Amino acid sequence: MNNSLEKQDFDIKAEDLKKSYGNFEALRGVDLSVKNGEFYTLFGPNGAGKTTLTKLLATLTDPTSGKLSVLGIDVKKDVQKIRSTIGVISHDPYLYETLTAFENIKFFGELYGIADINERAQSVIKQVGLESRSNDLVRTFSRGMKQRLTVARAIVHEPKILLLDEPYTGLDQHGAQIFGEMLSQLKKQNRTIIMTTHNIDEGLDLSDRVGILSKGKIVYDSPTSQTDPINFKDLYISKVENS
Amino acid sequence: MNKIWAIIKKDIITELRTKELFSSMLLFALLIIVVFNFAFGFSVEILNLAAPAMLWIAFTFAGVLGLSRSFALEKEGNAIIGMLLTPTDRSLIYAGKMISNTIFVFIVGILTVIMFILFFNYSFLTTLVPLLPIMLLGSIGFVSVGTLFSAMAINTKLREVLLPILLFPIIIPVIVSAVKLSGQVLDGNSVFAAGSSLKLLVSFDIIFVTACAVTFEYVIDES
Repeated sequence: MNNSLEKQDFDIKAEDLKKSYGNFEALRGVDLSVKNGEFYTLFGPNGAGKTTLTKLLATLTDPTSGKLSVLGIDVKKDVQKIRSTIGVISHDPYLYETLTAFENIKFFGELYGIADINERAQSVIKQVGLESRSNDLVRTFSRGMKQRLTVARAIVHEPKILLLDEPYTGLDQHGAQIFGEMLSQLKKQNRTIIMTTHNIDEGLDLSDRVGILSKGKIVYDSPTSQTDPINFKDLYISKVENS
Repeated sequence: MNKIWAIIKKDIITELRTKELFSSMLLFALLIIVVFNFAFGFSVEILNLAAPAMLWIAFTFAGVLGLSRSFALEKEGNAIIGMLLTPTDRSLIYAGKMISNTIFVFIVGILTVIMFILFFNYSFLTTLVPLLPIMLLGSIGFVSVGTLFSAMAINTKLREVLLPILLFPIIIPVIVSAVKLSGQVLDGNSVFAAGSSLKLLVSFDIIFVTACAVTFEYVIDES
Protein backbone atom coordinates (compact mmCIF):
# COMPACT_ATOMS: atom_id res chain seq x y z
CA MET A 1 0.00 0.00 0.00
CA ASN A 2 2.74 2.40 0.98
CA ASN A 3 4.69 1.44 -2.10
CA SER A 4 1.85 2.18 -4.49
CA LEU A 5 1.22 5.54 -2.79
CA GLU A 6 4.90 6.35 -3.05
CA LYS A 7 4.90 5.50 -6.76
CA GLN A 8 1.92 7.75 -7.46
CA ASP A 9 3.70 10.69 -5.80
CA PHE A 10 6.37 10.62 -8.42
CA ASP A 11 5.58 11.27 -12.08
CA ILE A 12 9.02 10.00 -13.04
CA LYS A 13 11.03 7.45 -11.16
CA ALA A 14 14.33 6.05 -12.38
CA GLU A 15 16.34 3.52 -10.41
CA ASP A 16 19.94 2.64 -11.25
CA LEU A 17 19.35 3.58 -14.88
CA LYS A 18 22.23 2.64 -17.16
CA LYS A 19 22.76 3.15 -20.87
CA SER A 20 25.76 1.96 -22.87
CA TYR A 21 26.68 2.45 -26.50
CA GLY A 22 29.11 -0.39 -27.19
CA ASN A 23 31.83 -0.06 -24.56
CA PHE A 24 30.92 3.54 -23.75
CA GLU A 25 28.74 4.02 -20.68
CA ALA A 26 26.67 7.17 -21.29
CA LEU A 27 24.68 6.72 -18.05
CA ARG A 28 26.26 4.86 -15.12
CA GLY A 29 23.34 4.32 -12.74
CA VAL A 30 21.01 7.29 -12.51
CA ASP A 31 18.51 7.50 -9.65
CA LEU A 32 15.92 10.16 -10.24
CA SER A 33 12.51 10.90 -8.76
CA VAL A 34 10.48 13.84 -9.99
CA LYS A 35 7.29 14.76 -8.17
CA ASN A 36 3.96 15.66 -9.68
CA GLY A 37 4.04 19.30 -10.87
CA GLU A 38 7.71 19.74 -10.08
CA PHE A 39 10.12 21.71 -12.32
CA TYR A 40 13.43 19.87 -12.18
CA THR A 41 16.50 21.24 -13.91
CA LEU A 42 19.47 19.01 -14.52
CA PHE A 43 22.71 20.80 -15.23
CA GLY A 44 25.71 19.12 -16.75
CA PRO A 45 28.65 19.71 -19.06
CA ASN A 46 28.75 18.50 -22.67
CA GLY A 47 28.91 14.72 -22.80
CA ALA A 48 27.52 14.26 -19.27
CA GLY A 49 24.63 12.14 -20.57
CA LYS A 50 21.85 14.75 -20.50
CA THR A 51 20.53 14.01 -23.99
CA THR A 52 20.78 10.25 -23.38
CA LEU A 53 18.72 10.64 -20.20
CA THR A 54 16.12 12.74 -22.06
CA LYS A 55 15.94 10.09 -24.80
CA LEU A 56 15.38 7.39 -22.18
CA LEU A 57 12.66 9.40 -20.44
CA ALA A 58 11.04 10.11 -23.83
CA THR A 59 11.13 6.38 -24.64
CA LEU A 60 13.20 7.02 -27.76
CA THR A 61 15.70 4.43 -26.61
CA ASP A 62 15.72 1.56 -24.15
CA PRO A 63 17.88 1.47 -21.02
CA THR A 64 20.66 -1.10 -20.92
CA SER A 65 19.62 -1.86 -17.33
CA GLY A 66 17.70 -0.33 -14.44
CA LYS A 67 14.08 0.59 -13.86
CA LEU A 68 12.14 3.51 -15.28
CA SER A 69 8.50 4.32 -14.69
CA VAL A 70 6.49 7.30 -15.88
CA LEU A 71 3.22 8.14 -14.11
CA GLY A 72 3.54 4.76 -12.42
CA ILE A 73 3.76 2.89 -15.73
CA ASP A 74 6.84 0.77 -16.37
CA VAL A 75 8.36 1.82 -19.72
CA LYS A 76 8.73 -1.81 -20.71
CA LYS A 77 5.01 -2.48 -20.20
CA ASP A 78 3.06 0.25 -22.00
CA VAL A 79 5.34 2.49 -23.97
CA GLN A 80 2.58 3.98 -26.15
CA LYS A 81 0.60 5.12 -23.12
CA ILE A 82 3.70 6.80 -21.74
CA ARG A 83 4.35 8.53 -25.08
CA SER A 84 0.86 10.02 -25.01
CA THR A 85 1.66 11.70 -21.66
CA ILE A 86 5.01 13.23 -22.63
CA GLY A 87 5.92 16.28 -24.70
CA VAL A 88 9.49 16.95 -25.75
CA ILE A 89 11.13 20.27 -26.57
CA SER A 90 14.68 20.09 -27.80
CA HIS A 91 17.20 22.35 -29.51
CA ASP A 92 16.11 20.56 -32.71
CA PRO A 93 12.61 21.66 -33.68
CA TYR A 94 11.36 18.22 -34.86
CA LEU A 95 9.22 20.07 -37.40
CA TYR A 96 8.78 19.82 -41.18
CA GLU A 97 10.25 22.89 -42.86
CA THR A 98 8.17 22.33 -46.00
CA LEU A 99 4.86 22.37 -44.13
CA THR A 100 3.11 25.40 -42.67
CA ALA A 101 2.88 25.94 -38.91
CA PHE A 102 -0.73 24.76 -38.93
CA GLU A 103 0.00 21.71 -41.10
CA ASN A 104 2.83 20.70 -38.77
CA ILE A 105 0.75 20.90 -35.61
CA LYS A 106 -2.19 19.22 -37.31
CA PHE A 107 0.03 16.37 -38.51
CA PHE A 108 1.53 15.69 -35.09
CA GLY A 109 -1.89 16.09 -33.47
CA GLU A 110 -3.27 13.43 -35.80
CA LEU A 111 -0.48 11.09 -34.76
CA TYR A 112 -1.45 11.72 -31.11
CA GLY A 113 -5.00 10.78 -32.07
CA ILE A 114 -6.55 14.11 -31.04
CA ALA A 115 -10.20 14.64 -31.90
CA ASP A 116 -11.08 18.10 -33.32
CA ILE A 117 -7.46 18.58 -34.30
CA ASN A 118 -8.16 21.66 -36.45
CA GLU A 119 -9.50 23.60 -33.45
CA ARG A 120 -6.80 22.30 -31.13
CA ALA A 121 -4.03 23.19 -33.62
CA GLN A 122 -5.36 26.74 -34.00
CA SER A 123 -5.62 27.03 -30.22
CA VAL A 124 -2.02 25.99 -29.43
CA ILE A 125 -0.65 28.11 -32.28
CA LYS A 126 -2.50 31.07 -30.76
CA GLN A 127 -1.17 30.13 -27.33
CA VAL A 128 2.43 30.46 -28.57
CA GLY A 129 1.64 33.74 -30.33
CA LEU A 130 2.02 32.55 -33.91
CA GLU A 131 -1.56 32.83 -35.15
CA SER A 132 -0.61 35.48 -37.72
CA ARG A 133 2.00 33.10 -39.20
CA SER A 134 -0.18 29.99 -39.00
CA ASN A 135 -0.27 29.48 -42.77
CA ASP A 136 3.39 30.29 -43.44
CA LEU A 137 5.96 27.62 -44.17
CA VAL A 138 8.17 26.78 -41.19
CA ARG A 139 11.30 27.33 -43.29
CA THR A 140 10.47 31.05 -43.34
CA PHE A 141 10.48 31.20 -39.51
CA SER A 142 13.26 32.61 -37.33
CA ARG A 143 14.92 30.33 -34.75
CA GLY A 144 12.84 31.88 -31.97
CA MET A 145 9.58 31.37 -33.87
CA LYS A 146 10.50 27.78 -34.64
CA GLN A 147 11.12 27.18 -30.94
CA ARG A 148 7.71 28.64 -30.09
CA LEU A 149 6.14 26.34 -32.65
CA THR A 150 8.10 23.48 -31.08
CA VAL A 151 6.33 24.30 -27.82
CA ALA A 152 3.01 24.11 -29.68
CA ARG A 153 3.98 20.71 -31.09
CA ALA A 154 4.99 19.48 -27.65
CA ILE A 155 1.78 20.55 -25.89
CA VAL A 156 -0.75 19.82 -28.65
CA HIS A 157 -1.81 16.59 -26.86
CA GLU A 158 -1.82 18.31 -23.43
CA PRO A 159 0.92 16.16 -21.91
CA LYS A 160 1.31 15.84 -18.16
CA ILE A 161 5.09 15.76 -18.47
CA LEU A 162 7.39 18.02 -20.47
CA LEU A 163 11.00 17.14 -21.24
CA LEU A 164 13.23 20.01 -22.29
CA ASP A 165 16.64 19.18 -23.74
CA GLU A 166 18.84 22.28 -24.06
CA PRO A 167 15.82 24.29 -25.21
CA TYR A 168 17.60 27.68 -25.15
CA THR A 169 20.30 26.65 -27.64
CA GLY A 170 20.51 29.08 -30.56
CA LEU A 171 18.00 31.56 -29.15
CA ASP A 172 18.95 35.23 -29.00
CA GLN A 173 18.30 37.26 -25.83
CA HIS A 174 14.80 38.31 -26.89
CA GLY A 175 13.91 34.80 -28.05
CA ALA A 176 15.22 33.34 -24.78
CA GLN A 177 13.13 35.82 -22.79
CA ILE A 178 9.93 34.93 -24.68
CA PHE A 179 10.72 31.23 -24.30
CA GLY A 180 11.35 31.67 -20.56
CA GLU A 181 7.96 33.37 -20.18
CA MET A 182 6.34 30.45 -21.98
CA LEU A 183 8.00 27.96 -19.66
CA SER A 184 6.75 29.85 -16.66
CA GLN A 185 3.20 29.68 -18.12
CA LEU A 186 3.58 25.94 -18.67
CA LYS A 187 4.78 25.54 -15.08
CA LYS A 188 1.64 27.27 -13.82
CA GLN A 189 -0.45 24.64 -15.64
CA ASN A 190 0.76 22.05 -13.11
CA ARG A 191 2.89 20.13 -15.59
CA THR A 192 5.86 18.12 -14.43
CA ILE A 193 8.87 19.56 -16.24
CA ILE A 194 12.38 18.21 -16.54
CA MET A 195 14.91 20.46 -18.23
CA THR A 196 18.52 19.62 -19.06
CA THR A 197 20.99 22.38 -19.81
CA HIS A 198 24.68 23.20 -19.54
CA ASN A 199 23.89 26.88 -18.99
CA ILE A 200 23.63 27.65 -15.27
CA ASP A 201 22.06 31.07 -15.74
CA GLU A 202 19.01 29.46 -17.36
CA GLY A 203 16.48 27.55 -15.38
CA LEU A 204 17.49 28.36 -11.80
CA ASP A 205 14.68 30.92 -11.53
CA LEU A 206 11.99 28.52 -12.71
CA SER A 207 13.17 25.34 -11.02
CA ASP A 208 11.80 23.77 -7.88
CA ARG A 209 14.75 21.42 -7.71
CA VAL A 210 18.13 21.25 -9.39
CA GLY A 211 20.56 18.44 -10.07
CA ILE A 212 24.01 18.08 -11.58
CA LEU A 213 24.74 15.26 -13.98
CA SER A 214 28.38 14.49 -14.59
CA LYS A 215 29.98 11.53 -16.37
CA GLY A 216 26.69 9.64 -16.46
CA LYS A 217 25.78 10.02 -12.77
CA ILE A 218 23.76 12.52 -10.76
CA VAL A 219 26.31 14.01 -8.36
CA TYR A 220 24.11 16.69 -6.78
CA ASP A 221 20.39 16.93 -6.15
CA SER A 222 18.73 19.59 -4.00
CA PRO A 223 15.63 21.80 -3.80
CA THR A 224 16.24 25.24 -5.32
CA SER A 225 15.18 26.80 -2.02
CA GLN A 226 18.20 25.17 -0.39
CA THR A 227 20.58 26.12 -3.19
CA ASP A 228 22.53 29.33 -3.07
CA PRO A 229 22.17 30.84 -6.55
CA ILE A 230 25.22 33.07 -6.12
CA ASN A 231 27.58 30.23 -5.30
CA PHE A 232 25.93 27.60 -7.48
CA LYS A 233 28.43 28.12 -10.31
CA ASP A 234 31.34 27.28 -8.00
CA LEU A 235 29.46 24.31 -6.59
CA TYR A 236 28.73 23.09 -10.13
CA ILE A 237 32.37 23.35 -11.19
CA SER A 238 33.63 21.55 -8.09
CA LYS A 239 31.03 18.76 -8.43
CA VAL A 240 31.88 18.26 -12.13
CA GLU A 241 35.62 18.31 -11.55
CA ASN A 242 35.47 15.90 -8.61
CA SER A 243 33.12 13.39 -10.22
CA MET B 1 -5.72 3.94 -40.47
CA ASN B 2 -6.00 7.66 -39.60
CA LYS B 3 -2.33 7.77 -38.65
CA ILE B 4 -1.27 6.04 -41.88
CA TRP B 5 -3.38 8.50 -43.86
CA ALA B 6 -1.87 11.45 -41.94
CA ILE B 7 1.63 10.34 -42.97
CA ILE B 8 0.60 9.80 -46.61
CA LYS B 9 -1.13 13.20 -46.71
CA LYS B 10 1.92 14.91 -45.21
CA ASP B 11 4.22 13.28 -47.80
CA ILE B 12 1.92 14.22 -50.68
CA ILE B 13 1.67 17.86 -49.52
CA THR B 14 5.46 18.01 -49.14
CA GLU B 15 6.01 16.53 -52.60
CA LEU B 16 3.47 18.78 -54.28
CA ARG B 17 5.26 21.74 -52.70
CA THR B 18 8.89 20.75 -53.32
CA LYS B 19 8.58 18.39 -56.34
CA GLU B 20 11.95 17.04 -55.23
CA LEU B 21 11.23 13.35 -55.69
CA PHE B 22 9.27 13.56 -58.93
CA SER B 23 11.58 15.89 -60.78
CA SER B 24 14.74 13.94 -59.92
CA MET B 25 13.23 10.51 -60.59
CA LEU B 26 11.52 11.48 -63.83
CA LEU B 27 14.49 13.30 -65.28
CA PHE B 28 16.81 10.44 -64.44
CA ALA B 29 14.44 7.86 -66.02
CA LEU B 30 14.17 10.02 -69.14
CA LEU B 31 17.96 10.30 -69.43
CA ILE B 32 18.42 6.53 -69.15
CA ILE B 33 15.76 5.86 -71.80
CA VAL B 34 17.34 8.43 -74.15
CA VAL B 35 20.76 6.82 -73.71
CA PHE B 36 19.34 3.35 -74.35
CA ASN B 37 17.42 4.69 -77.33
CA PHE B 38 20.62 5.94 -78.91
CA ALA B 39 22.52 2.79 -78.01
CA PHE B 40 20.03 0.12 -79.14
CA GLY B 41 17.25 1.99 -80.92
CA PHE B 42 18.26 1.03 -84.43
CA SER B 43 18.78 -2.68 -83.83
CA VAL B 44 15.42 -4.44 -83.66
CA GLU B 45 16.91 -7.77 -82.56
CA ILE B 46 18.82 -6.32 -79.62
CA LEU B 47 15.88 -4.10 -78.76
CA ASN B 48 13.47 -7.04 -78.51
CA LEU B 49 15.91 -8.86 -76.28
CA ALA B 50 16.92 -5.98 -74.05
CA ALA B 51 13.75 -3.83 -73.91
CA PRO B 52 12.26 -5.24 -70.68
CA ALA B 53 15.61 -4.96 -68.88
CA MET B 54 16.04 -1.39 -70.15
CA LEU B 55 12.62 -0.47 -68.84
CA TRP B 56 13.34 -1.84 -65.39
CA ILE B 57 16.84 -0.38 -65.22
CA ALA B 58 15.38 3.06 -65.94
CA PHE B 59 12.58 2.51 -63.41
CA THR B 60 14.60 1.08 -60.52
CA PHE B 61 17.59 3.42 -60.84
CA ALA B 62 15.25 6.41 -60.90
CA GLY B 63 13.29 4.92 -58.00
CA VAL B 64 16.41 4.64 -55.83
CA LEU B 65 16.90 8.40 -56.17
CA GLY B 66 13.41 8.99 -54.84
CA LEU B 67 13.74 6.51 -51.99
CA SER B 68 16.99 8.00 -50.75
CA ARG B 69 15.34 11.45 -50.59
CA SER B 70 12.25 10.05 -48.88
CA PHE B 71 13.82 9.67 -45.41
CA ALA B 72 16.36 12.44 -45.99
CA LEU B 73 13.40 14.84 -45.85
CA GLU B 74 12.38 13.30 -42.51
CA LYS B 75 15.89 13.87 -41.20
CA GLU B 76 15.84 17.62 -41.91
CA GLY B 77 15.11 19.31 -38.58
CA ASN B 78 14.95 15.78 -37.12
CA ALA B 79 11.21 15.72 -37.85
CA ILE B 80 11.40 11.92 -37.76
CA ILE B 81 12.08 12.17 -33.99
CA GLY B 82 8.90 14.21 -33.61
CA MET B 83 7.04 11.37 -35.30
CA LEU B 84 8.73 8.72 -33.11
CA LEU B 85 7.76 10.63 -29.96
CA THR B 86 4.07 10.14 -30.72
CA PRO B 87 2.21 7.02 -29.57
CA THR B 88 2.28 5.64 -33.10
CA ASP B 89 3.17 2.03 -33.72
CA ARG B 90 6.34 1.86 -35.81
CA SER B 91 4.67 -0.50 -38.30
CA LEU B 92 2.07 2.24 -39.00
CA ILE B 93 4.87 4.72 -39.70
CA TYR B 94 6.39 2.15 -42.06
CA ALA B 95 3.02 1.56 -43.75
CA GLY B 96 2.47 5.31 -44.24
CA LYS B 97 5.93 5.91 -45.67
CA MET B 98 5.76 2.78 -47.81
CA ILE B 99 2.38 3.64 -49.32
CA SER B 100 3.37 7.23 -50.11
CA ASN B 101 6.66 6.05 -51.65
CA THR B 102 4.78 3.44 -53.69
CA ILE B 103 2.41 6.12 -54.99
CA PHE B 104 5.33 8.34 -56.08
CA VAL B 105 7.37 5.50 -57.58
CA PHE B 106 4.33 4.01 -59.35
CA ILE B 107 3.41 7.35 -60.93
CA VAL B 108 7.01 7.73 -62.11
CA GLY B 109 6.76 4.12 -63.35
CA ILE B 110 3.67 4.95 -65.46
CA LEU B 111 5.40 7.98 -66.94
CA THR B 112 8.54 5.90 -67.57
CA VAL B 113 6.47 3.32 -69.46
CA ILE B 114 4.86 6.07 -71.54
CA MET B 115 8.28 7.54 -72.40
CA PHE B 116 9.55 4.04 -73.15
CA ILE B 117 6.62 3.33 -75.51
CA LEU B 118 7.17 6.64 -77.30
CA PHE B 119 10.92 6.25 -77.70
CA PHE B 120 10.85 2.60 -78.80
CA ASN B 121 7.67 2.70 -80.91
CA TYR B 122 5.57 0.19 -79.02
CA SER B 123 1.78 0.19 -79.29
CA PHE B 124 0.06 2.13 -76.50
CA LEU B 125 -3.02 -0.09 -76.50
CA THR B 126 -1.33 -3.46 -76.29
CA THR B 127 1.57 -2.39 -74.06
CA LEU B 128 0.58 0.29 -71.58
CA VAL B 129 -2.42 -1.36 -69.92
CA PRO B 130 -0.85 -4.82 -69.34
CA LEU B 131 2.37 -3.23 -68.08
CA LEU B 132 0.61 -1.21 -65.39
CA PRO B 133 -0.18 -4.11 -63.01
CA ILE B 134 3.38 -5.38 -63.43
CA MET B 135 4.66 -1.90 -62.62
CA LEU B 136 2.45 -1.78 -59.54
CA LEU B 137 3.57 -5.19 -58.27
CA GLY B 138 7.19 -4.34 -59.03
CA SER B 139 6.84 -0.98 -57.27
CA ILE B 140 5.43 -2.62 -54.13
CA GLY B 141 8.29 -5.12 -53.88
CA PHE B 142 10.93 -2.53 -54.70
CA VAL B 143 9.56 0.17 -52.40
CA SER B 144 8.83 -2.15 -49.47
CA VAL B 145 12.51 -3.05 -49.10
CA GLY B 146 13.65 0.40 -50.26
CA THR B 147 11.67 2.18 -47.54
CA LEU B 148 13.23 -0.02 -44.85
CA PHE B 149 16.78 0.49 -46.16
CA SER B 150 16.20 4.20 -46.70
CA ALA B 151 15.28 4.49 -43.01
CA MET B 152 18.33 2.42 -42.13
CA ALA B 153 20.63 4.64 -44.19
CA ILE B 154 19.48 8.05 -42.89
CA ASN B 155 21.95 8.11 -40.04
CA THR B 156 24.91 7.20 -42.23
CA LYS B 157 27.07 9.65 -44.12
CA LEU B 158 27.09 7.52 -47.28
CA ARG B 159 23.31 7.06 -47.52
CA GLU B 160 23.11 7.73 -51.28
CA VAL B 161 25.76 5.06 -51.89
CA LEU B 162 24.61 2.65 -49.20
CA LEU B 163 20.99 2.44 -50.31
CA PRO B 164 21.52 0.93 -53.81
CA ILE B 165 24.29 -1.36 -52.48
CA LEU B 166 21.93 -2.78 -49.85
CA LEU B 167 18.78 -2.67 -51.93
CA PHE B 168 19.61 -4.22 -55.31
CA PRO B 169 20.91 -7.61 -54.13
CA ILE B 170 17.79 -8.12 -52.03
CA ILE B 171 15.27 -7.18 -54.71
CA ILE B 172 16.81 -9.33 -57.46
CA PRO B 173 13.86 -11.79 -57.38
CA VAL B 174 11.42 -8.89 -57.82
CA ILE B 175 13.38 -7.37 -60.70
CA VAL B 176 13.92 -10.70 -62.48
CA SER B 177 10.22 -11.60 -62.22
CA ALA B 178 9.14 -8.14 -63.36
CA VAL B 179 11.57 -8.21 -66.32
CA LYS B 180 10.26 -11.64 -67.43
CA LEU B 181 6.64 -10.51 -67.16
CA SER B 182 7.36 -7.26 -69.01
CA GLY B 183 9.16 -9.29 -71.72
CA GLN B 184 6.00 -11.31 -72.31
CA VAL B 185 3.92 -8.15 -72.64
CA LEU B 186 6.40 -6.45 -74.98
CA ASP B 187 6.44 -9.64 -77.12
CA GLY B 188 2.68 -9.32 -77.44
CA ASN B 189 1.84 -12.26 -75.13
CA SER B 190 -0.39 -12.38 -72.09
CA VAL B 191 1.12 -11.77 -68.64
CA PHE B 192 -0.13 -15.22 -67.68
CA ALA B 193 2.26 -16.79 -70.19
CA ALA B 194 4.88 -16.29 -67.48
CA GLY B 195 2.60 -17.44 -64.67
CA SER B 196 5.42 -18.67 -62.44
CA SER B 197 7.08 -15.23 -62.55
CA LEU B 198 3.77 -13.61 -61.64
CA LYS B 199 3.37 -15.95 -58.65
CA LEU B 200 6.96 -15.29 -57.61
CA LEU B 201 6.48 -11.52 -57.84
CA VAL B 202 3.28 -11.57 -55.78
CA SER B 203 4.87 -13.92 -53.23
CA PHE B 204 7.93 -11.71 -52.81
CA ASP B 205 5.74 -8.64 -52.44
CA ILE B 206 3.85 -10.29 -49.59
CA ILE B 207 7.04 -11.57 -47.92
CA PHE B 208 8.90 -8.27 -48.26
CA VAL B 209 6.04 -6.08 -47.03
CA THR B 210 5.43 -8.31 -44.01
CA ALA B 211 9.09 -8.79 -43.10
CA CYS B 212 9.93 -5.09 -43.53
CA ALA B 213 6.93 -3.93 -41.45
CA VAL B 214 8.04 -6.21 -38.62
CA THR B 215 11.73 -5.24 -38.76
CA PHE B 216 11.16 -1.49 -39.25
CA GLU B 217 10.83 -0.94 -35.49
CA TYR B 218 14.38 -2.22 -34.91
CA VAL B 219 15.76 -0.10 -37.73
CA ILE B 220 14.12 3.19 -36.80
CA ASP B 221 14.44 2.98 -33.02
CA GLU B 222 17.79 3.55 -31.44
CA SER B 223 19.16 0.42 -29.77
